[in-house]
This record gives sequence, C-alpha cells and structure tokens, in this order.
Amino acid sequence: MLKTFPLGESALTIEFSNEISPETNDKVINLANYLENNNFPGYIEIVPAYSSLTIFYDVLTVRKNFPDFSTAFEGVKNFAENALRNYPRIQKEKSRVINIQVSFDKENALDLEFVAAINHLKPSEVIEIFIAQTYRVYMLGFLPGFAYLGEIDWRIAAPRKSAPRLRVPKGSVGIAGRQTGIYPLASPGGWQIIGKTNVELFTPNAESPTFLQAGDTVKFYSEN
Amino acid sequence: MSVLINNPGILTTVQDAGRFGFRRFGINPNGAMDKTAANLLNILLGNDEAEAVLEMHFPAPEIVFAEDTVFALGGADFSAKLNGEHLENWKPYRAEKESVLKFTGKNFGNRAYLSVTGGFAVEKWLGSTSTNLTANIGGFSGRKLKKNDRLLFKVQGSRFKVSGSKFEVPNIKISASLIPFYSRFPTVRVVAGAEFESLTALSEQTLRQETFIVSQNSDRMGFRLDGEPLFLIETKELVSSAVNFGTIQILPDGQLIILMADAQTSGGYPRIAHIIEIDLPLVAQLGANDRIAFQLISIEEAENITLEREKNLNFLRVGCKFSQI
Repeated sequence: MLKTFPLGESALTIEFSNEISPETNDKVINLANYLENNNFPGYIEIVPAYSSLTIFYDVLTVRKNFPDFSTAFEGVKNFAENALRNYPRIQKEKSRVINIQVSFDKENALDLEFVAAINHLKPSEVIEIFIAQTYRVYMLGFLPGFAYLGEIDWRIAAPRKSAPRLRVPKGSVGIAGRQTGIYPLASPGGWQIIGKTNVELFTPNAESPTFLQAGDTVKFYSEN
Repeated sequence: MSVLINNPGILTTVQDAGRFGFRRFGINPNGAMDKTAANLLNILLGNDEAEAVLEMHFPAPEIVFAEDTVFALGGADFSAKLNGEHLENWKPYRAEKESVLKFTGKNFGNRAYLSVTGGFAVEKWLGSTSTNLTANIGGFSGRKLKKNDRLLFKVQGSRFKVSGSKFEVPNIKISASLIPFYSRFPTVRVVAGAEFESLTALSEQTLRQETFIVSQNSDRMGFRLDGEPLFLIETKELVSSAVNFGTIQILPDGQLIILMADAQTSGGYPRIAHIIEIDLPLVAQLGANDRIAFQLISIEEAENITLEREKNLNFLRVGCKFSQI
C-alpha cells in the first residue's frame, strides 16, 4: 500500500512497500525516470531507493505554484500521485548488463574464509555460488557510486561485522545479509569482504560520475 | 588577491549552500552546517548567497590577508582579533594588506564562518564548492585546509566602493532578529517522521518533554545524543531509503542520532522526526554536553515559518544593497 510521509519540510517520501523485490524497485525507478523528465516548479531532486522514492523540493516555489493546496507537501504529494496514475506505462527498458571482473585472491578476500566457515562451505564454493547468478542494482547510497546489489543466494549470506573495519580498501566486494556491493572508495565499513575489483565505480570529473545506476544488472566473473 | 593559512586550525573547510541533484548517486549535499550564518554573511557582503565561505572549528585557524579586502564573521564566537583588535560577528570589516586574523578563545558555539567580499575563487564540482571529505573532492583540493595553503579571492564581484586604493566599509550590522537564537540548550522544532506514530506512548512523551545531551561522538556527519532510550511499539526491519540533514533516527540501543550536513544519502534506522531547516543552525552550533529538546509542529506550521523567514531576509537583502551603493 502506498504511504507518503514528510522527510523534513522540504522533502517527501513515497513508500511503495517495506520489502525488497524487483517488481517494486521497477515501479520506483519508473516513477523516478518519469519525474526527472516531467517535474514541477520547485523540484530539486529525487532519490530512488529499494522500495521508496523521495522528492526534494523548494517550499517557497512550490507554495507559489500550487496555490490550490494548503501546503507544499500536499501539492507535491498530489503531483506525484497524479504522475503515478497517469504516466504512460513505460515499456520496461532493457536493463544494462555490466560485467565486473573480481579477484578473489587471499589478500583481497579479507573475509572469504569467514563467510565460507559460517555457511559450512569451502571458499571456492562461496565464489562459485556468488558468480553463478546476476544481480540487480536496487539503489545507490552510502558512498558516491556505492550500489546496493541483490539478492545473493541464501547459502552464502553473512551478517555485517560486529565491529566495522576502519578502512575497507577501494574496490572491495562485500556481503551484508543477502545484499552485495562494491566500495567505490576506501572507507570505514562493516560488510564482509570476499574479493576486489579494479573497475572504477566513481570518477568524480566524468560527465556521469558513477559507473552503475539503479536498474542495472551486474554479473561478476573471476579473474582466474 | 588571496589569504594565506598560517595555521589551519583543527578542521577548516570550504563550504557553500550545498551540492544538490546528486543524492541519487550516493553523493550527498555537504555544505555549511550553519547555513543561516553562511547565507547572512554573504548577503551582508553583497555576494552571491551560495558563495563559498570558510567553516572553522575551534582551535580555529590563523589567517593572513595578502591584500586589502572586506570580510565578515558569523556563527560561533571564537573571540576573533584582527591585528590584535577585537572583532564582532555579523559586521563587515576591512582587512588591510598583511593583517592577521586570529581566534583567541571559544566564547560560544562550535562553527564559525568567514566570508570575503566577492567570494573565494574555488573550483566547483557538480555545481558546488563544498568539500566532500569522504570522497576527497570539492572545496579546496577535496580536503581540510593545511598550513601554507593559499586561497584566492575572485577579483571581480566586490560591491564595496573603493576610495583611493582602499575599500570603504559602511558601519552596518545584521539585525539581531535575523540571527539564529543560539543557545547551549535550544528547543528545536521538528516535524513527525515516518515512524513517529510507531513510538510507544511513553517514548513519544519522552521525545516531547525530555532533554537530550549531545555526546562527544558528534561531527559533521551526525550528532549522537544521550538520554532516555526511545522504543517503537514493534521493532521493524526497514529497508534503506533516503534520509535528510536534520533527520532524527533511533539507533538499535534506543538512543537518538541527528543526521547532519555530511550524513549518508540513505539509511535504514527508524526516522522519528526531522528538524526544520531554520532550526538546524541551532543544532550546528552545539558541542559535547550541550542539551537539546524538541517541539513537534505540523508541516503547515513548518512551511509557514519558511515563508516568514524569507520575507524577513528580503528586508536584509534590500538593506544591504542600499548600504553598498
């Protein structure tokens, strides 16, 4: 069920559900793409997430341009709800498939043994299971260019580290629960690290600074 | 035209009104913690309102003005002295060539701002001069300032009249009514967040009536609070979604965190309330062991406060323009 709530006085979040599913995430991304091209006076930006979309806006401009509503919140909410009802059913664009090479060498796979041990597998089996399937980019967040990918096979799922590492090396591929992701920069972090890639996920001065975008499909392959 | 950093202070960065439009890529806005201070100083000096300023913490930097300029300070009061002479906040001053700006004591607040007429000549990244300390980009070489850094001013853009070779500075000061009502124990206004209604009755009462202590563990990313723990009626696992500057979340142990200017773009902890933008400067000036209380208001009230504030700022904008002609 759709739920809309304020995220401060100049942003609102439309929550489609509180679950992770490709179908819901498709709806989020479709609405995000639509709003990016069909926005309203006072629109600032949108943030698509797993199952919600947040719209940031300028209260003054919205109030001026939506005089029929008592608040900017109601005006933007109404605009988004209309968009959801009326926007042409977008043909689901074919998702980009992106192949990413990963090194699972011991010095890069800092927690591979741990992930294998808690799942009663050999490290090589974890890798096999990990690269056997493709992953969806559900959203970007946490760090510039950090993509939340899912969902990994439950047989290799692993909890976050109880004490986060102070410095996870750039390019590290990590697991948290049934999510996986790649650290675009060296950063503190609590995900279990099973490998490393040389792909640049964040290029500050490129026209599009992040390599992955929500809706992409990622396939990992071993460099060996 | 430049300033030279003689001593960088503990954390001095270039910030502006923020970098917007890129949160969906995980790139958060950054920007001044006390946006009102930065904004007021820029209006006072006739700058673009989103012009780059220096954000300084205490111990604050020692800065040498390499050429004549006009500058102003605001936000925290770190007992600023120019060549030994005491300076007030919210007033334009002329700095003569080679004069030295020092900050001699922490009188009030935690973040002071320096704006110069015309602004600092800092390259923009994604439309903003703010420093992103996580990605080491934006601002001055993507980092906090170091000894011997030299920041250039924009040559054009000063609205102050030059008589002879010197800037003429009018004797003006920003009206006290426009300056945030800073306090070490502020009550800040909040609007309810998505999980507010899921608070237990007791926790809702706690949020409305108790005060919370700002912990040591507070920085540009977020302020951790110590106080009565808060609980939801049922513990919900939330999937990550967008968060905002001013979002108040409950951590697993029941304690609160206020997300600040450098917070991540998304998070998964319950969002119980959001501090309204106009009151964020009150939070930005708090330090360890200061206290904060919350007053819940409606969205309509919050928006009306924004409209009212804009009207009052317009008086300042007009007033400052006249004083510089």
